[in-house]
Amino acid sequence: MSQQGYVATPPYSQSQPGIDSPPHYGHYGDPSHATSPPGVMKPVGGLGAAAPGVMASPGPPPPGLQHLGQNGAHASGHSPQRFPGPPPVNSTAPSYAQHQPCTQSSYPSPVSTSSVAHLGSQLSQLQINNYGSGVPPPSQGPPGPPPAASFQAPPRPLQTSILQPGSQVLPPPPTTLNGPGASSLSPPGPRQDGLPGPPPLGAQYQPPPPPGPALGVGYPPPPHQAAHYGPQMAGTQLSYSGGFAGGAAQMAGPPPPPKKLDPDSIPSPIQVIESDRATRGGQVYATNTRGQVPPLVTTDCVIQDQGNASPRYIRCTTYCFPCTSDMAKQAQIPLAAVIKPFATIPSNETPLYLVNHGENGPVRCNRCKAYMCPFMQFIEGGRRYQCGFCSCVNDVPPFYFQHLDHIGRRLDHYEKPELSLGSYEFVATLDYCRKNKPPSPPAFIFMIDVSYSNIKNGLVKLICEELKTVLEKLPKEEQEETSAIRVGFITYNKVLHFFNVKSNLAQPQMLVVTDVGEVFVPLLDGFLVNYQESQSVIHNLLDQIPELFADSNENETVFVPVIQAGMEALKEAECPGKLYIFHSSLPTAEAPGKLKNRDDKKLVNTDKEKILFQPQTSVYDSLAKDCVTHGCSVTIFLFPSQYVDVASLGLVPQLTGGTLYKYNNFQMHLDSQQFLNDLRHDIEKKIGFDAIMRVRTSTGFRATDFFGGIFMNNTTDVEMAAIDCDKAVTVEFKHDDKLSEDSGALLQCAVLYTTIGGQRRLRIHNLGLSCSSQLADLYKSCETDALINFFAKSAFKAVLHQPLKVIREILVNQTAHMLACYRKNCASPSAASQLILPDSMKILPVYMNCLLKNCVLLSRPEISTDERAYQRQLVMTMSVADSQLFFYPQLLPIHTLDVKSTTLPAAVRCSESRLSEEGVFLLANGLNMFLWLGVSSPPELIQGIFNVPSFAHINTDMTLLPEVGSPHSHQLRMIMSMIQRKRPYSMKEKSNKQWKSFSEP
Amino acid sequence: MTTYLEFIQQNEERDGVRFSWNLWPSSRLEATRMVVPLACLLTPLKERPDLPPVQYEPVFCSRPTCKAVLNPLCQVDYQAKLWACNFCFQRNQFPPAYAGISEVNQPAELMPQFSTIEYVVQRGPQSPLIFLYVVDTCLEEDDLQALKESLQMSLSLLPPEALVGLITFGRMVQVHELSCEGISKSYVFRGTKDLTAKQIQDMLGLSKPAMPMQQARPVQPQEHPFVSSRFLQPIHKIDMTLTDLLGELQRDPWPVTQGKRPLRSTGVALSIAVGLLEGTFPNTGARIMLFTGGPPTQGPGMVVGDELKVPIRSWHDIEKDNARFMKKATKHYEMLAQRTAANGHCIDIYACALDQTGLLEMKCCTNLTGGHMVMGDSFNTSLFKQTFQRIFSKDFNGDFRMAFGATLEVKTSRELKVAGAIGPCVSLNVKGPCVSENELGVGGTSQWKICGLDPTSTLGIYFEVINQHNAPIPQGSRGAIQFVTQYQHSSTQKRIRVTTIARNWADVQSQLQLIEAAFDQEAAAVLMARLGVFRAESEEGPDVLRWLDRQLIRLCQKFGQYNKEDPTSFRLSDAFSLYPQFMFHLRRSPFLQVFNNSPDESSYYRHHFARQDLTQSLIMIQPILYSYSFHGPPEPVLLDSSSILADRILLMDTFFQIVIYLGETIAQWQKAGYQDMPEYENFKHLLQAPLDDAQEILQARFPMPRYVHTEHGGSQARFLLSKVNPSQTHNNLYAWGQETGAPILTDDVSLQVFMDHLKKLAVSNAC
Repeated sequence: MSQQGYVATPPYSQSQPGIDSPPHYGHYGDPSHATSPPGVMKPVGGLGAAAPGVMASPGPPPPGLQHLGQNGAHASGHSPQRFPGPPPVNSTAPSYAQHQPCTQSSYPSPVSTSSVAHLGSQLSQLQINNYGSGVPPPSQGPPGPPPAASFQAPPRPLQTSILQPGSQVLPPPPTTLNGPGASSLSPPGPRQDGLPGPPPLGAQYQPPPPPGPALGVGYPPPPHQAAHYGPQMAGTQLSYSGGFAGGAAQMAGPPPPPKKLDPDSIPSPIQVIESDRATRGGQVYATNTRGQVPPLVTTDCVIQDQGNASPRYIRCTTYCFPCTSDMAKQAQIPLAAVIKPFATIPSNETPLYLVNHGENGPVRCNRCKAYMCPFMQFIEGGRRYQCGFCSCVNDVPPFYFQHLDHIGRRLDHYEKPELSLGSYEFVATLDYCRKNKPPSPPAFIFMIDVSYSNIKNGLVKLICEELKTVLEKLPKEEQEETSAIRVGFITYNKVLHFFNVKSNLAQPQMLVVTDVGEVFVPLLDGFLVNYQESQSVIHNLLDQIPELFADSNENETVFVPVIQAGMEALKEAECPGKLYIFHSSLPTAEAPGKLKNRDDKKLVNTDKEKILFQPQTSVYDSLAKDCVTHGCSVTIFLFPSQYVDVASLGLVPQLTGGTLYKYNNFQMHLDSQQFLNDLRHDIEKKIGFDAIMRVRTSTGFRATDFFGGIFMNNTTDVEMAAIDCDKAVTVEFKHDDKLSEDSGALLQCAVLYTTIGGQRRLRIHNLGLSCSSQLADLYKSCETDALINFFAKSAFKAVLHQPLKVIREILVNQTAHMLACYRKNCASPSAASQLILPDSMKILPVYMNCLLKNCVLLSRPEISTDERAYQRQLVMTMSVADSQLFFYPQLLPIHTLDVKSTTLPAAVRCSESRLSEEGVFLLANGLNMFLWLGVSSPPELIQGIFNVPSFAHINTDMTLLPEVGSPHSHQLRMIMSMIQRKRPYSMKEKSNKQWKSFSEP
Repeated sequence: MTTYLEFIQQNEERDGVRFSWNLWPSSRLEATRMVVPLACLLTPLKERPDLPPVQYEPVFCSRPTCKAVLNPLCQVDYQAKLWACNFCFQRNQFPPAYAGISEVNQPAELMPQFSTIEYVVQRGPQSPLIFLYVVDTCLEEDDLQALKESLQMSLSLLPPEALVGLITFGRMVQVHELSCEGISKSYVFRGTKDLTAKQIQDMLGLSKPAMPMQQARPVQPQEHPFVSSRFLQPIHKIDMTLTDLLGELQRDPWPVTQGKRPLRSTGVALSIAVGLLEGTFPNTGARIMLFTGGPPTQGPGMVVGDELKVPIRSWHDIEKDNARFMKKATKHYEMLAQRTAANGHCIDIYACALDQTGLLEMKCCTNLTGGHMVMGDSFNTSLFKQTFQRIFSKDFNGDFRMAFGATLEVKTSRELKVAGAIGPCVSLNVKGPCVSENELGVGGTSQWKICGLDPTSTLGIYFEVINQHNAPIPQGSRGAIQFVTQYQHSSTQKRIRVTTIARNWADVQSQLQLIEAAFDQEAAAVLMARLGVFRAESEEGPDVLRWLDRQLIRLCQKFGQYNKEDPTSFRLSDAFSLYPQFMFHLRRSPFLQVFNNSPDESSYYRHHFARQDLTQSLIMIQPILYSYSFHGPPEPVLLDSSSILADRILLMDTFFQIVIYLGETIAQWQKAGYQDMPEYENFKHLLQAPLDDAQEILQARFPMPRYVHTEHGGSQARFLLSKVNPSQTHNNLYAWGQETGAPILTDDVSLQVFMDHLKKLAVSNAC
């Protein structure tokens, strides 16, 4: 069994006596994977075999075949009766029928069928349904029965969602507990014609369960927690049903009109988002309690640091860790934190305090070197303190002494940020600096590809023009008047041109380095200059660059020497910095890192597909390593017109904390705005250089794996040439001992870095998580968005080493296992065919499906290799909010817009079935923004937005909405800018008249 | 016939040739017994204002192995229009252009007064002169400023169509592109990486377009390849640009930490310069002018590390085999020099620094290519400035006194063979019938390449008589030698200068007196000195001295008149009288003595010794001392400590230094200010006289000598005291008991002691 491979500890394998597989999994590189018996990979068989081990103790008698068969029969037999609403109207896709045999065969052995197996197969069913090998994605949206019909009254007031086979018609019980959600209830009528109006929130909600002893198998919410959650309880405890009815329905054999999974019965992410927004949006979220689950990333609220790091900095897959590793293995919920240490904080929240502990540096635990934080317990009248992480008792340094008050707190508790806040910064002393010398302010080096095509299409001119303005806005320390960042310029094609822009020169000097085999920096003084001082020379240079190469017909470019040159320059100048490389072609010139066009579509869908994601040569790897060693971050703007091998080129930016931007077939009039926005944003954003991150944990568990734009020389120090406000690092934790419920699980993330002003700082984020020996607690505190972030990163990392098929299976299996474990241990017994979802994970299957549909994991030859490599890399540094949007794009109806509203319209579920011919929809996933125009969308809307009389007149080439004075246009552009505001990448705006596939089934 | 002295002088003036023997011993055995080899000093381009070049091609002997040029010594049959080659006796038809030839209508080359004649030939395209400046930027600010000014000034001296290029170096090497507007562009090379010529050309983008060029050339001979014009531009086009570029030249921007030398990539810079010219203008007259202010400290050709606490190698280190970088560096520069010579380019080195700059290692660059070597303390001195300016001095025709890419070919009549040459040349390895198996100097060839030469460049050429003793040469017959020098004149013309000389053969047994009289002791001294210096480059100093001594003793034994074992009876004829004295001073000279000289200085002195003409060489061996006093007109005096008198002003010219030395009394008078008093105007004149004479010497000499003005007891007086014969030392001062002269505090032997020993050894049987 290899499910555990990349996602979590391998619980199956260890509790599995029957399967002879090597004891060590968990490593992708392990060659045993490739050679492990194929049977092991089969999810059904594997799970089935595993079941006895996993299910050993509680083991409710599996309903087995009977039940299954009954369910199936039941579903098929009774569904007509039970659906009084209109029958499936446009069930046009025949794909289900094709799959029937296959589904049947996957349930052949009723005896071994356990809930886990069942779930696994249900999920894989889902998978198969949607992406049968080679089968085009079926049109997902046969509007099933009216949504209302799919709701069932759950037999028990559980905190869980139970999916019954088949759809049951149950009138939605009127509820008063839904709060604002209830008010947005819309009559079921409009939805029957497939128009995705505002989601029928209320309809999917159940009456909240009465908390307390009535719950049998489920867990009673502990009273204190309930009290703590207060009003939020209603939202979080709302369970709802519906969903994977299709799985069971199909088992009944092919009925004449094939039964489909009812899309509306699947838990709706929109609803979850909206309900969280409704209950917690706009409120103050104080981080004073250990282990509390923060609002969703989609919810706007004010966060008050009261001892734990803001969820803007750290989000966890679960806020309650299992006490033992056995428990963790049983649940298979990954324990991970997504840390975004430089996250942007809204202006209405307090910025980080800067703490200076003088020349001795920050006070730290003597043993584990954790920094002074609220988790340190002061004892003996304040003379000593006990470290919350390693329990070591340390003396308080004399300068730091303070008396304690009656509850054992220091008198200056609220005066010192490091005692009362979750996040703060320390001034670092020389001991924390490279070579014990204070760092120099960082430098930005702009490196422009001046090969023929870039000159020809005007890109070079565009860049040069833009640099003139954007350099005025170099980031600076808040108190400084001008930026301390120095700038340098290099152009290159087959050779490198350095520029001397020293302020006392009348005109810039160009220094050509042709020795690309062993590149070096030809000058030091005059290469990196202060922009303000050398402004006239720089402007002179930027004016001249396009002309200098106007006659050049050099087509070949180099790449690795360019980065080497930048790195060497920074090394010689002894400062950290960032390279901005504007590149457009495959580097084929004779030089280190020369690349061949190896884009081989034949590899797609084979075990060798992973090669496409790996760099062509090891040069890129070692180059990245060198860059990190010298604090050189690399950001690349790619303008490819054909294959450029993103997998190779992108490696350096990925490992050095840079960003890769890609503009396919860049066309000046269409794409320049997007590019310029990205460039401006990237230059202006908050960034720290030459950073080392260390995640310390309290005893009992430790950080074992790291994902992100990072480089690791050893197992603990996360090195980052630079880290900016958009980059997140996902950290996975494992137990190495028991955790106690009393002390909880504590995290301290310390980032040592150099500021843009050239100061050395330590940024500390502390987070306390609770621990529990109850699985139910664990499931209750999960955060699906963070889980998906983790799953995506670990899967995308695994792509380099394992066949995609295996990875997909692992994802499916682990999801199934997590849910099965819940069902078995936390939910009360129910029909085996019911999918029971914990509240915190009810949209996990949907999201997981979205992840599985991502083009990285899905081998489709029509998606370019570069695009897949690009997205793979993109996701690796994504924060929770970004990955949420990326995998579950926002779909906004525009045609129902209230032109007077200043907020975003309510999103609809991201499914093609939600689109209507009369509608206009905006879809955004963080990379692209599509405006979808239905064929019969209202002409006045089209007139209002595009200023053209009818649908037929719209030019779909445009990438910028015209500025029309109408309220519709104004409103739409406002919405777009609101969506754009928080995103690291400028989204490409596209108008689509037609448009097919979507994320949600 | 006039005296030999006049004959010699006449020959020198006409042909630029001085032979050690003007009557040639007729057999090999006799020739070897004469100790001083049959050799000559040849000044190939001796200025001959009275010799206008003829505007036609020379007539060559048709025998392929001979190819001698028609000359006055040839027998001509005017009737048959035939001429017989006097070297191989081949009978040749005159070319059609000579149809009108007759006894009364002779072409110039047949007239006896045209034993030296110059032809202007039209062959191939004329290529402009090329000057490639290679400039060190690791200089002090004022030094760099002075150098920049000198360079800018030099641009105005160049002919407008000359091509110039600029390479600067420090830690990196920059090749400046001169054709660009708006932005100055240069190609940069790492100073630590040795590159092959091909790599350099690839990196400068010179090689690629060369391929189509070669194909296109037969079709369309363009004026110049486009590529080369990026780095080498006609001065009239880029005068302003280059002036600005030089003006903006900054000191090497790389920081130099305390206790370190700046990193200076001379080796790579030179390599790139050579590669650049090699790729663009092979076999075209070009000067690479290297201006450096310190030793190469990194990369190939590094001479010393950058740690200041490790001093640059001294003779002591070299003897102890302690000079880490020397061998490698020398090899690097030798390879460069060979390549440069093969391409017909020459390298000048202008090294101005207080410490050594690595001339020892780099000397081959100038020595093999005929370039100049100039050593000074700073670029901000008149020594450098004027020397540099003098490079561009012009002759009576307004042409530069420089020629390029010369090939010197020596042809001898059958009794003679050529054994080698010593001078600023490299062998072309052309074996022929007149090449001797024995080598003296650079031998084994009858042709040498002299990439850069000027009117004073002089080679020592050594011959071997091969006529066997038992095959006597008929009485009255003459041996002949022809020197054919093909070169590129500074006006870019291709020219051929042909000098044909002949001397009588003499039988040593019967005609020893005559041969003695025909001995040119000055030429012989210089030729022997060149051999000695040539040996000193590869051998230990004492061995060379011992060899010189033995040669001298043997010469004295052969030509002295004495009774055996009676030193007092020893006499030498007039023709030999000065020779021992020259040898005495040569032994003391910096060419053979390294004591008190740095390796760089030795290299510098030897460089100039191997290329100056006879007069200058003699000055170098035995400096000239003039004495100024109230007792009479200025007179040359003995180079002896006894000449240093209190009431005299001495002017010493050692070629490298001009020393004016005020005697004790004169110095006191001057201090007292007598020269300012009208009644002592004569004293003022006396003080002025040596200054005027010194100025005259300074004006004419290249390189500019170090000018030293000192007085009795002055520290600079050491220049004088180290040169004069120490006839009075602290050892014998009181024994002599004389008031005159100044004692020299040295243990060196004096000329008297030397001569006494010589006599004793000459008359003894032991040797």
